[in-house]
Amino acid sequence: MPGDDRPLIAILDYGIGNLHSAHKGFDHAGADARLTSDRGLIADAVGVVLPGVGAFEPCMRALHSTGLDEVSLERIEAGTPFFGICIGMQVLFAASEEAPGCEGLGVIDRTVRLIPGGVKRPQMQWNVLDRQGFDHPMFDGLPEEAWVYFVHSYCAESGPEMIATCDYGTDLMAAMARDNLWAAQFHPEKSGSNGLRILKNFVTMAVCYAGVSG
Amino acid sequence: MTVRAIRVIPCLDVDAGRVVKGVNFVDIRDAGDPVELAAVYDDQGADELVFLDITASSDRRDTTVKMARAVAEKVFIPFTIGGGIRTVDDVRRLLMAGADKVSVNTAAVKRPELVAEVGREFGRQCCVVAIDAKSSSDTGSGFEVFTHGGRTRTGLDAVDWAREVVRLGAGEILLTSMDRDGTRSGFDLVLTSAVSSAVDVPVIASGGVGSLQHLVDGVVEGGADAVLAASIFHFGEHTVAEAKRRMSDCGITVRPPE
Repeated sequence: MPGDDRPLIAILDYGIGNLHSAHKGFDHAGADARLTSDRGLIADAVGVVLPGVGAFEPCMRALHSTGLDEVSLERIEAGTPFFGICIGMQVLFAASEEAPGCEGLGVIDRTVRLIPGGVKRPQMQWNVLDRQGFDHPMFDGLPEEAWVYFVHSYCAESGPEMIATCDYGTDLMAAMARDNLWAAQFHPEKSGSNGLRILKNFVTMAVCYAGVSG
Repeated sequence: MTVRAIRVIPCLDVDAGRVVKGVNFVDIRDAGDPVELAAVYDDQGADELVFLDITASSDRRDTTVKMARAVAEKVFIPFTIGGGIRTVDDVRRLLMAGADKVSVNTAAVKRPELVAEVGREFGRQCCVVAIDAKSSSDTGSGFEVFTHGGRTRTGLDAVDWAREVVRLGAGEILLTSMDRDGTRSGFDLVLTSAVSSAVDVPVIASGGVGSLQHLVDGVVEGGADAVLAASIFHFGEHTVAEAKRRMSDCGITVRPPE
């Protein structure tokens, strides 16, 4: 809307699943959130969000058919704050055991694997974020014991970008960050006040980046 | 720190976009407003919500989609919508409007491929299959699947059916004992235990809750991953926070109310 000075956050609309909640969540967090696949609008946004529900392969297929796979890579490369959520985190990886042969975006050169057995799959519950001593801006303002909502059967292999885990039989990577790239396996847009705070933290970070770069 | 946190889920009946069956507690302006009630339960620490659409009229789909949209705008915890969902298109509209999961029941019995289609299209995590079961000597497990709110026999063994829908693509089972529903005598623990040990997806126990101890029993003896209740919450007998405290006192891990 004209005259709107709220920061523009582009939520990539690739025609799949529940994007409405992410949209409203970012609105609630003080952003001018837009569900969009428009390259111009996405380029103008201070932050880009790749939400996602569902399965790896349909998600990659939809990203590909809308050209938003390239747009995502461009934005990440350009240094725009970028937030992958759930499957939106998983597709940042090179591949997934869920869809052998289907290539991910490959921003992180590792694989998404099935949650090890002995537990119910999907993990469909609230769980505690174990920040493992990391003090990352994603977690600003969260209580010591922050519960967030997970729904997933697969989980990305952990690595140096990891900033939080959750314990579900084994330690699973719950969140990661590398420079302008944030990702969460849980659903901040479904994690009540803790989740809304994380969305707000992303908006704050995005505004900060925009201030520094331009 | 946590491996398995049991979810507490209030269930609301909805008719034409309005909550019905006398929700009657605390100071709310409009006891029929699903958004306001959802917010109250969110505040109490509900982990998810289930809306069961009992609308009979033909415009049910539009009103329910509208309701999903309104709830998702204000309440940032997961919710499921069930009742009358027949096609992949019904599912798509509800998910796009902000529902996290849909639950199918009669339609899955009539056409099991629907479960596979929903799981494939939207991911199995959003595909809940509701199973209404009654004891019956005609099936191996002693429980038979009923549809149409418990009026129609299917001849299906409830435990076999649970395994079958999981094989097809269900990500969760919402298991209601029709023998116990409305009796306030507790979950059918034999049924709950039989189904939760037969499948590797989460099972929500439903039907019969009359006290907080019943919720504990559903988890400890029934092996449920989540417990659903309606009247004990709606009539103000207990809050979700009280339910969680009781469960926690009995050694069950729950997300503490804020």
